[in-house]
Amino acid sequence: MSEYNFAYLDEQTKRMIRRAILKGLAVPGYQVPFASREMPMPYGWGTGGVQVSAATLTPDDTLKVIDQGADDTTNAVSIRKFFEKTAGVETTEETEKATIIQTRHRIPEAALREDQILVYQVPIPEPLRFLEPRETETRKMHSLEEYGLMHVKLYEDISQHGAISTSYAYPVKVSERYVMDPSPIPKFDNPKLEMDAIQLFGAGREQRIYAVPPHTKAVSLDFEDYPFEATKADHPCDLCGAENSYLDEVITDDAGNRMFVCSDTDYCRSRREAGHAGRLAKEDAA
Amino acid sequence: MYVAVKGGEKAIENAHAWLAEERRGAIDVAELSLAQIREQLSLAVNRVMAEGSLFDPDLAALAIKQARGDLIEAIFLIRAYRTTLPRFGYSVPVETGKMACDRRISATFKDAPGGQVLGPTFDYTHRLLDFKLAAEGEVASAPEALPRTNPTPHITEFLTGEGIIQDEPPSDATPGDLTREPMEFPSNRPLRLQSLTRGDEGFVLGMAYSTQRGYARNHAFVGELRIGKVEVQMDIPELGFAIDIGEIELTECETVNQFKGSKTEPPQFTRGYGLVFGQSERKSIAMALVDRALRWKELGEDNMGAPAQDEEFVLSHADNIQATGFLEHIKLPHYVDFQSELELVRKLRREAEERVTMKEAAE
Repeated sequence: MSEYNFAYLDEQTKRMIRRAILKGLAVPGYQVPFASREMPMPYGWGTGGVQVSAATLTPDDTLKVIDQGADDTTNAVSIRKFFEKTAGVETTEETEKATIIQTRHRIPEAALREDQILVYQVPIPEPLRFLEPRETETRKMHSLEEYGLMHVKLYEDISQHGAISTSYAYPVKVSERYVMDPSPIPKFDNPKLEMDAIQLFGAGREQRIYAVPPHTKAVSLDFEDYPFEATKADHPCDLCGAENSYLDEVITDDAGNRMFVCSDTDYCRSRREAGHAGRLAKEDAA
Repeated sequence: MYVAVKGGEKAIENAHAWLAEERRGAIDVAELSLAQIREQLSLAVNRVMAEGSLFDPDLAALAIKQARGDLIEAIFLIRAYRTTLPRFGYSVPVETGKMACDRRISATFKDAPGGQVLGPTFDYTHRLLDFKLAAEGEVASAPEALPRTNPTPHITEFLTGEGIIQDEPPSDATPGDLTREPMEFPSNRPLRLQSLTRGDEGFVLGMAYSTQRGYARNHAFVGELRIGKVEVQMDIPELGFAIDIGEIELTECETVNQFKGSKTEPPQFTRGYGLVFGQSERKSIAMALVDRALRWKELGEDNMGAPAQDEEFVLSHADNIQATGFLEHIKLPHYVDFQSELELVRKLRREAEERVTMKEAAE
């Protein structure tokens, strides 16, 4: 593509974003303000992730884009095509082969390596936002490490519902300092936040970038007597038989019958290719 | 049987093809030209330029055509294009005192140097559908007069001399740039004005209206409203002086607001300011009212807790491209999060039922 610079953004903008990324990596979990640009896709559709990916991509990279764990969801397709067109990089659906993975709402099941970067699309970067709508206040709370409000919220959950009633975008404390919103991943994925790969979070509309460097502590908030619990549907995958992958529940007929399948489509495919089979594997093949 | 939902790529392509067809409409109806849109839907073009923050009537017309007349979509196209343009530099401030006015009215003085010029306005038209327009027809040309050659002075200048209106001390400080730095709060007036001038017309209008209805009322009069063309000048380093690089149409509104004085300020009139690309009258008046409401702190007024006084609230929600993107993103798949909510609600219901059963058993 000759009309646009490599990966769409001009080099100065990429430099500005890279500086924000480096600052984010230096202060894990801290939300770095950056001058987010208007992108040719709408705010709220991954513009933060796209800008972080654009600033991180090199011509030798291989890009994977997932939404809800799947490579073939419409917005993942759209973002992958955008980079195919504007950066001309190779793309893949295989987690293993990707050097940069842009994701919305999931962490891949397969463990990521040190030479991989996971880029999250973030709608609301501020974990305290729904407790305090004002940015001026929440920034103050972070700088004073004043997270009492969050613990009160979790406590009220328990007193009202008998459990912490947050099932996704479950807050974590990063490197024993900043409370961070891991983006709306299901809390099942929270334990995976401590990983070998670099994790970058981009919120375009809200103009924030933050990061979790490799091998960094990311502790899901809880209480001693109500410990954090990563939950999923209590089934194996009906296609590949996986016992410990996050599952989508699919309504299969008018009678309301259900099946459960891995949300990570690449994980499910690779397991089936390796010969694993679930309850309905045969029917699907037919 | 369940078949993995594949084929998103093909579906997207087909949807785009259908969209293109719908955009064109019935092919036995002549296609709109950009010149037609630019000339005959010029107020739509103006709005797209104002909120798209790019003065280019031809590109705005193209965006309106491509967006099927959805102006927010057209504004989005312009914004996305504008962000790719290299930044050569900044113009010197435009001199609206030298504006060649098509329209210039004041509600505070019956007459003033430069006169009241109604210009091409909908005001005083009776809003009756003109069925003649349904048939094609030539328009009789309007009577013409010789244009004023002298500059038209700002009305508020006449009040400034008397010291009866709050002074606006000039400053040579370089204002921040909303499109180059992230918005942080508390912000400042230049950034607020930048945000308002590209803000959604409906939102800014609603905010302004709320001040008129008593949510931080600021008693505004339209001191002056002027619409016309101004020269844009830029310093050329090689030349060492500024030269004209073009002209743009602007609407400027200065409100004069009643003010009884505060703890820090004497009784005097205060000001609100609106400046918008093109002929954008409603927007510039609304902008001036909201600007004035947001100045409560600097004028030592009380915070009434009104939405229009709340800088963080107004500026965070004025941009329709941000708003529409985030609003519409809830169309995207959210089934992973929904699944985890399903698990949670099922678990909570199970536990609630168990509690009831246990309680009944105990009784």
